[in-house]
Amino acid sequence: MKYLFYPGCSLECISSAYYESLLALQNKLDVDFEEIEDWNCCGANEYIALHRIPSYALIARNLALAEQQVDGAKTLLAACSACYVNLARTAKYMGTDRELNTKVNDALSAGGLHYTAGTVQVRHILDALYKEIGICKIKKLVERPLTGLRVAAYYGCMVLRPDPDQRWRDPENPTALEELIAACGAEPVDFPLRTHCCSGHMPQISTEASLELLRRLVESAVKSGADLLITTCPLCQLNIDAYQDEMNKFFGTSYRMPILFFTQLMGLAFGLSPDALAIGREVVSSAPALARIGVKVEQIPPPVKRPPKNTSLPMPRMPKAYGEQL
Amino acid sequence: MAVSSPAPEEKVGPQSFGKASPPPGSPPSQTAVLDFFRSISPGLPNIEFCIQCGSCGGSCPAAALMDHTPRRLFALIRAGELEEVLRSNTPWYCVSCYFCMVRCPQEIHITDIMYGLKTLAVQRGYTRRNKATDLSRTFAGFIERFGRSFDLGIAANHYLRHPPSDLMGSAKMGSELLFKGRLKLTPNKIKGIPQLKKILKRAKQLEAVL
Repeated sequence: MKYLFYPGCSLECISSAYYESLLALQNKLDVDFEEIEDWNCCGANEYIALHRIPSYALIARNLALAEQQVDGAKTLLAACSACYVNLARTAKYMGTDRELNTKVNDALSAGGLHYTAGTVQVRHILDALYKEIGICKIKKLVERPLTGLRVAAYYGCMVLRPDPDQRWRDPENPTALEELIAACGAEPVDFPLRTHCCSGHMPQISTEASLELLRRLVESAVKSGADLLITTCPLCQLNIDAYQDEMNKFFGTSYRMPILFFTQLMGLAFGLSPDALAIGREVVSSAPALARIGVKVEQIPPPVKRPPKNTSLPMPRMPKAYGEQL
Repeated sequence: MAVSSPAPEEKVGPQSFGKASPPPGSPPSQTAVLDFFRSISPGLPNIEFCIQCGSCGGSCPAAALMDHTPRRLFALIRAGELEEVLRSNTPWYCVSCYFCMVRCPQEIHITDIMYGLKTLAVQRGYTRRNKATDLSRTFAGFIERFGRSFDLGIAANHYLRHPPSDLMGSAKMGSELLFKGRLKLTPNKIKGIPQLKKILKRAKQLEAVL
């Protein structure tokens, strides 16, 4: 099956593990992701804060480019949650809001482009995997069941909400990732905060507030007995992974909760090597968790630390024997 | 009463709701409020159905930081206190988690309205230089220049202006991400930059007409 594919900026570097693991799944799942040529950033939640029409035009440029590439495949897949929501919202509003449609197409025509509402169907990768490829097929592809691994599914926000095209039966109580975890042979744990916010761009705006939201998530995951978290969103992964040290320092906790992308977990179950799935790029290492099921992760060795030079003045020392007596 | 009614001159100008502006001192007409919301948010924002239940504020992960919860914000807009609304930090602390939007019993497009209020506050010059607006501006600057986001550039630019509270921790985190190959030193640039610039220029002209 062929899909049009919009990777999004974060998959290029900060979440390259997501990108590589997704491409590694292509052969196994017998799908073909055709990247939109010369796509541009969707503007996340930042561009829309400054400009209204330009932000929709920025997103619609991708839809217009996808329309040019529509050739049998009508479905445009987005990997990042924010990209997905931006593309899906714009595609929907282009169909329902005539004024916006006229203005955006007017802007696009300045660059020689046009988007006809309804030509491209925007879906998130999880949605396509769950509904179009199906859990049954995924189950058949499992070569190395991850028996004994307890996994907490973390959906984040935007895959489920606002759900402009009504893709999910219940955005408050999704089961797609849990079913996927079970299909991979692992054990999905009860993780109450699975649809809560990871604080998005808050680490850059209000560190304390974002750390509090992260603490709630990590603490809930630890209490649910999970070995690791899996997620669908690059920003969720980055926030929980990279800010965990700072969070521990701030609250005096010592949590080590690794977080992987769901594609990495699927790849492991499909018998792919951790190296091919780019496991090991996370800041909080998943090696101890994966060692429980016998998967060895080759760690990128940390930079060699030189022992600090002893520059203090020579001090008299206790005789050893005397010290031992004490 | 402690709150004195403001002088009529203060009410006109940036605070007006546009053509259907009511006489100063009285709350705006229902149509004026509706037109206002339709102009800042795409589709039908459904704001006229707000029953002030507070589900939005109750679901909001950032409500504790906000000057006004979304519910109060809508009440303020209905009462004609647009200046207070545009000065408040509420839209800027919205993390776009969309909890309010799916929980709202009246299906109001709250997050879209927040985006609209942000753009309006920027356009009418209500935003002070703060972390939230600076982050948006930095991000937008890189997109307009390269067509793609550039994490390292954005982080460097933002943190130079607003140093993080835990400088050593952030530096350590940055170096670790860099070491694991998760940060690129140079930005990716799309081929169609001239095209993108033309599109955005035209779109900005169209927005100005609004």
